Order: sequence, then structure tokens, then C-alpha cells
Amino acid sequence: MRLNFAKAAIAGVMFAGLFAGTSAYAAGPIVGLITKTEGNPFFVKMREGAQAQADKLGLTLKTYAGKFDGDNDSQVAAIEDLISAGAKGFAIVPSDSSAIVPTIAKARAAGLLVIDLDTPTDPITAVDATFATDNRKAGNLIGAWAKGTLGDKAATAKIAFLDLATNQPTVDYLRDQGFMAGFGIDVKDPNKYGDETDPRICGHEMTGGAEDGGRTAMETLLQKCPDVNVMYTINEPAAAGGYEALKAAGKDDGSVLVVSIDGGCPGVKNVAAGIIGATSQQYPLKMAAMAMEAIAAFAKDGTKPTVPAAGFIDTGATLITDKPVAGVNSITSAEGLKICWG
Amino acid sequence: MSDDAGGSAAAEAGLKGHDTAVASFEEETGSGLRHIQRILHEFPTVVPLVVLLAGVVIFAFAAGSRFYAPFNLSLVLQQVTIIATLGLAQTIVILTAGIDLSVGAIMILSSIVMGRFAVVYGVPIGIAFPLGLLTGIICGLINGLLVAVVKLPPFIVTLGTWSVYAALVIFVSHSETVRSQDIEAIAPFLQFTGRIIKVGGGAVLTYGAILMIVIAVALWYVLNRTPFGRHVYATGDDPEAARLAGINTRNTLIAVYTIAGFICALAGWVTIGRIGAASPLAGQDANLDAITAVVIGGTSLFGGRGSILGTLFGALIVGVFRNGLALAGLDSLWQEFTVGILIIVAVTIDQWIRKISA
Repeated sequence: MRLNFAKAAIAGVMFAGLFAGTSAYAAGPIVGLITKTEGNPFFVKMREGAQAQADKLGLTLKTYAGKFDGDNDSQVAAIEDLISAGAKGFAIVPSDSSAIVPTIAKARAAGLLVIDLDTPTDPITAVDATFATDNRKAGNLIGAWAKGTLGDKAATAKIAFLDLATNQPTVDYLRDQGFMAGFGIDVKDPNKYGDETDPRICGHEMTGGAEDGGRTAMETLLQKCPDVNVMYTINEPAAAGGYEALKAAGKDDGSVLVVSIDGGCPGVKNVAAGIIGATSQQYPLKMAAMAMEAIAAFAKDGTKPTVPAAGFIDTGATLITDKPVAGVNSITSAEGLKICWG
Repeated sequence: MSDDAGGSAAAEAGLKGHDTAVASFEEETGSGLRHIQRILHEFPTVVPLVVLLAGVVIFAFAAGSRFYAPFNLSLVLQQVTIIATLGLAQTIVILTAGIDLSVGAIMILSSIVMGRFAVVYGVPIGIAFPLGLLTGIICGLINGLLVAVVKLPPFIVTLGTWSVYAALVIFVSHSETVRSQDIEAIAPFLQFTGRIIKVGGGAVLTYGAILMIVIAVALWYVLNRTPFGRHVYATGDDPEAARLAGINTRNTLIAVYTIAGFICALAGWVTIGRIGAASPLAGQDANLDAITAVVIGGTSLFGGRGSILGTLFGALIVGVFRNGLALAGLDSLWQEFTVGILIIVAVTIDQWIRKISA
């Protein structure tokens, strides 16, 4: 038991040290930021953007994150915590677009302003406003670029789809279907992939949005269709993993066109290195900063952000490539590197 | 005396027509099913081996020549190397009737330490690499001390350290991936496990897969040919009996968790070889996949019974079914479905085999 006491004491000292490191509480109105996970640089950048803006506006920011992508319970607990803390509002990246909706309704009924970031809720009207990348447009850009780059060969292309997850979260099908539309594939149901009959589609494999998933997925698809010449990827880590599979198969000679979405710094560097042909860059810092401004305005005099006809406020997506194609606007990897995140 | 003898004779006479045997063991009935049960009890690795071979045969028909091409089969081996290596670590822990939920987190933490120190902080690879291995050993040692010395249930201990190590992954990595190209330029040794050897017939072997096999052989030797190995089985089968037999179960447990941590660190090295990068996003499902491999491989979650070879077969079964189903053109959700069925079948067979000792 003496040993236990010693251990508890050490643990106590460690925790005290950790808390000493966090910034002291300011007196401003409380706002919240709830992201999917802390492991993804996208959300880490989002938190940094929110923190910088909150400091500037004199807000007290409380941040939360789920344990894994898809962790709805932690996000529910975070919202309940913010309601009881008397927060003025919060921004959330929902892990489960539908399951979170009743809890968000509870928060709005309690008078909090709720801003959705990056991944729209289902329905999108469940929140006061959504600041997001137009993921369908982001997919569209890389689809159009791939089509333009291939030229005549686009008609006989063989495309591997490295998607996110079997349950097809909104961001997953929006990017996938956006790419298909941009490339000129009949998408059938625009809110679901896998129902298409175009023979140019080799198959859809899940990556979990990570390197190891990307590698295994691409190995499997290469076995299925050795003649693949386009690799669509849900994000840049999946693209990096898929590229390792191409390298192992001796197909890293540029014979397979790689397209992705995100615009994180490692991804943009991979564009510069010629590994990724083109990527659509999005802006998490901007999303978070805009959300903080909206909540600050609401806390001051109750004004809510006006939502445009599209249903959400587009924070923009820019195509980054060093091989531009006529008719598709893009910036170079050098320019992209200046504004990348993570 | 004679009276007694006479009385006893009378008693014997009263027993006429009854079974006179005092006590005997039930004879083997010789029925086919019971015979199989006995064989399986003696050689638990037979079940996963049969399932693996059945899987290969089924997919040879269902998925066509693409499936059983030497290259594809060797690809499956590459795909399961990480999970199988983690499964080996998990096996020795489960043999002690424990569980280690932190194996995936230890693996990623070790790979991040190796990658980040070597590439981002410019530490020589001769220091960064051992540092990564040491990270795994320390993580395992902490698990072992909490289980054996503080005497907390392994499930609770490793549920806790899983969170702690996962948080350290974020802390050490700053949520940033060390890119494949940077590792290649600065610390190519970390990608050594991903290099390939052409075996012939199109099949390729990675050094990571060879490392996995070396670990498996070493563990097999330790478990089956050394006193320590017998202590591991004994501790898992009945810790009280093991203690009374003079086995230091405390030290055995500490050693087992520490060895598991070391193997996880090696799995981290294998991960860098496979994905090229040191990524905090990798290995999200590795934890449960490793337990799945152990269970399908026939190792009992109740401890004391199971084998190293079984775990390798277990990992290969999952790999073969996933690959085969994908090549047969089935949606990825059916891959999940099938793996779930395999787990339930494996545990059902395990329970059935256990009945023989009941």
C-alpha cells in the first residue's frame, strides 16, 4: 500500500505539472471547440486557429476532442459540459453527422450559438451556421484536373478509389462523388458511392484516412486491376500510403496519376516532389477563426451569422498542382506551401 | 478378526449383481467426434491451419488465378506482418490469462520516437533507433509492474496505459507525420523492414516479414524449450498452483509484459518499413486486429493454452479472407462481416475443446 501511495503522489505531481502548462483562465465569455480527434493535424491546426482568434477577441476557449474518428459519445459529453459551464456558443466538427443532432438541439434550446465546421450535420439546418470546405467542389477540381491531364486517355482510364470508411460519412461520399462528376463519370445517386456502373472504376477500398490503410487498399486494387492509371484518395495520408504500394509494384514512374484532398504541408510537399499530381487545399485555420468571430458577435448583441442559399458558408478550396490544366484554376505547390497547415 | 472377515464377506455377498469396480476412469468411447476433440485438445493449431487451407482453396475458385498467384499470396503475408507481429506480443500476454490493450499504442509510440528523433531532431540513427526500442520496453515494463506488483487486473491496467500511450503519441509527434521521403533521405535504416527480396515465381518477401518469423521462432523456442516458457504457461493455467510449485509468478508476469513491449517496438519498426512514414494516424485498428489474430489462432483468452504458430495462422486467415473477398469483388463491409464470423467460430471451437478437460 505504501507503494500505491508513492505512485499516487508521483501521478499527482505529474498532473499538477501538466495543468501548470496550460494558460490561465481569462474572464471573457466561454466558447467551445469540439473536434473529431487530436491525432489529425487538420484538427490540431483548427484548434490553434480558434485559440489565436479567441485570444484576440477576449474569449475563454474550452477545447474538446473525441478519442477516435466516429466517437459520438465524447462529443455529446463535451456539449453537455459546455451547456452547464454557461458557454455562449461553440463550434463542432461532428464525428457522426446524424447522431449528434439531438444533443445540438438541446444546446440551442439552452441559448447557445452552434457553428458546424468542416463536416456538415445531417440535416444541415440542425445548426445555426456551417463553415466548411465545399467538399463536392474540392473533389470536382481534382476530377476535372485528372480528366484534363489524361486528355484522350480519360475515356479508357482505370481508376482506383481509396475512400474513408464503409459507413460513408458525408465528407467521404461528397469528395468521391465530386471527383467522379469532375472526371465525367455518371454518379447515379450523388450521395452514395458504389452504385456506379462505369467500367473505368476499378473498385472502392477503405483506408481509414491513414497511411497503413492506404497502402493495403492500393495493393488490393492493384491486384484487382494491374492496369490502374488513376488513384483517387480521400486525403493525403491515404495518398502517401497508396504511393508506397505503387512504389513496391514499380509503378512510381508517373504512370499512375495521384489526386488527393486536404492541402496539409506534408501533402503539398508531396505535390512538389511529384508524388501527388494535384490536391485540393482547404483552410481549417480560417474555418475556426470565422467561427470564433461569429460566436463573439452573438455574445455581444445576439446577431447570428446569415446563411447563404447554398446552406453553408464556403471557406474555399484551391487546386494545387505544378502541372496546370487549361480550364481548371490552380496555384503552384510553392504558393500552396506558404498557406498550408499541419 | 475372523468375525470381521465374515462380516465383510457378507457385505460382499450383498453387493452381488452390482459393479464391483471401486473406481475407474471412463474409457474412450472411440466415437469419431470425440476422437477429433481429443486430437484438437492435443494439437490446438490444427483448427486454424485447416481454416487457412480451406480459405486458400475457396478463394482459388471464387477469386480466380489472381488470388493464388505467388505474388498475391506473398502480398497477403506482407499485409499481415504488422498485425502478426503485434499478435505475437499479445499471445504471450494472453497465455498468462492477461490481455494487453496497449500493444497498438506502444507500437505507434515507438515508431514515432524512432522517426521523429532521427529525422526531425537530427539524432544519429544509432541512438534514435535503440531509443525507440527502449520506449517499447519501458511501456511494457510499466504494464508489467502495474499488473504483477500493484496487482491490478490486466484489462484495467492496459485500458489505462492505452490512453496514456496514445496521448504520448500526440504529444511526441505534435500530430505531424514524418514523411516517407524525409526518412528515406536521412534515416533509410528505419525503412529497412520494407525492403524486398525476390523469392521466385513472382513472390516477394520483405525483411519485416523475415523479422516477424525470427521473432516467432525465438518465442516458440522460449515457450516450449525453456523453464521460463513453462512458467508462462503454468502462470496462465493456474497462478496459485504455479506459485505453490515454486514459480515466481510475479517476475514471470513482469518479464512477459516487458517482452511484449519490446516486440511492439519492433512492430513499430515494421510499420515504418511498410508505410514509409512515421505517422500518428497509423495502426488505429491494429489493437483489435491483433487480438482477433490471437483468438482465431486458437489461443484461449482464459490463459494457459495456445501457440505462437496458431497466431501466425490466425493473422494469415484474416489476411487471406480480406484479400480474397476483395478480389472476388465483394464490398468491404462483407470483409468485416466475415472476420466477425471467424472470431465467433474460433471461440466456439475453443469452448468445445475445453470441455474435454471438464
